Amino acid sequence: MNVPSHLMYTRDHEWLRMEGNVAVIGITDHAQDALGDIVFVELPQVGTVVTAGEPFGVVESTKTTSELFAPVSGKVIAVNAQLTATPELLNSEFYGDAWLIKVDASDPGEAEKLLSAEAYAALLSELG
Amino acid sequence: MKHTPFHDLHVRAGGRMIDFGGWHMPVQYTGVIEEHHAVRNSVGLFDVSHMGEVEASGPEVNAFAQYLLSNDVNACAIDQAQYAVMCQPDGGIVDDLITYRLAPDHLLFCVNASNSDKDFAWMQEVAKGFDVTLVNKSADYAQLAIQGRNAEAILQRLTDLPLQAITYYHFKRGDVSGVPMIIARTGYTGEDGFEIFFSPEHAELIWNELHEKGKPEGLRPIGLGARDTLRLEMKYSLYGNDIDATTHPLDAGLGWVVKLNKPDFMGKAALVAAKSQGLTRKLVGFELLEKNVPRHGYRALDEAGNAVGVVTSGAVSPCLSKPIGIAYLPNALSTPGSRFAVEIRGKAVPAQVVKTPFYKPGKG
Repeated sequence: MNVPSHLMYTRDHEWLRMEGNVAVIGITDHAQDALGDIVFVELPQVGTVVTAGEPFGVVESTKTTSELFAPVSGKVIAVNAQLTATPELLNSEFYGDAWLIKVDASDPGEAEKLLSAEAYAALLSELG
Repeated sequence: MKHTPFHDLHVRAGGRMIDFGGWHMPVQYTGVIEEHHAVRNSVGLFDVSHMGEVEASGPEVNAFAQYLLSNDVNACAIDQAQYAVMCQPDGGIVDDLITYRLAPDHLLFCVNASNSDKDFAWMQEVAKGFDVTLVNKSADYAQLAIQGRNAEAILQRLTDLPLQAITYYHFKRGDVSGVPMIIARTGYTGEDGFEIFFSPEHAELIWNELHEKGKPEGLRPIGLGARDTLRLEMKYSLYGNDIDATTHPLDAGLGWVVKLNKPDFMGKAALVAAKSQGLTRKLVGFELLEKNVPRHGYRALDEAGNAVGVVTSGAVSPCLSKPIGIAYLPNALSTPGSRFAVEIRGKAVPAQVVKTPFYKPGKG
């Protein structure tokens, strides 16, 4: 399972990287693999305020509906429009082009509470 | 969890195993959409050994079956297969199944995996008062479905039986790779193909033979995920989703397997009454007019936002690349073109009733 070292992670299999004060958020390789073929992504509108630990959207595969949880709080400043037309991009470009949302982080301290790549990889091996 | 005779072969082939009603079954191998297209474009192999089989025989087997089933079992000749439902006295559906006539006084019923024990107990109850012997043969049959335009060509390489002589909903008994089988031209995908029944100790041999002889056409195992999207595109009912003990066959569009003009059968009185009162709802196919995913249990709303029905099955159709589903809707909203909405996470997503099947095999 691919776990890039420059990203931070959540227990719900989302990743985050900071671009200055902007948090770029997506789902991990493990998440897309577990979901299977992704057929629909529901994302919030630009301007929506998200709260760390709360759901901000939904990702659907052929067999499951899965909530997406915000790793940090803040205002959504960008939403990946590609995923409306081609949700399946999430199955291949999950760490790159298929980022989900960008959030203007309201509390920089929140990002520090996330899992490092090492900690996330350890979590994955526990899941077996 | 229960294992079919092919369990270890699924694991070896990279199957992603899940708990399917107590059976450890592969939901996918490489991906649901890819497997779906493989069946529509070429061929795929399904393990359906978890389905239940009951054999009925004896002097009154036909009278028993005629009372048990909605369809006219006298119209099912030797080497013929027939689709029917079993109803409760109130007309609710116990299961849908296929009857295979092996001899004038010997029938084989193939029932849904999830209902296997329930159905056998039900049949035993109904059989009281008939001179008939019932045997639960579920553990004695391995069953595979080979489906797709290349299914016949591949299976023909393994048998001398002329497969093209087996017409739709008929079967023959013969040897495949030296193994005695029931070879039926039936299936749950809408594509041409066969379902084969044989003794479980030959599972690995037959699996390997089919894979070997099916190499030129890319024969591959198909999981339950694609099995569901394939049948959905054909608007084939799935017990537990579209039909169950609270639904009766006339609402579900299964009137064609209900012979109300035959003598008394289980549920007949209730169905006759329902028909004379006038059916109030219909199981119809629909598509969403916006990108989203309709799923079982989502409410159907009319223009005023009133809940008027329910979605029984739904998915994004791999062939049509759009969201499709099946729902019970009131008569007034049941004709193709009727507009309604599906409530998805509190939002009314516009939808439209369409003609089914959603996909026409052969046009791929």
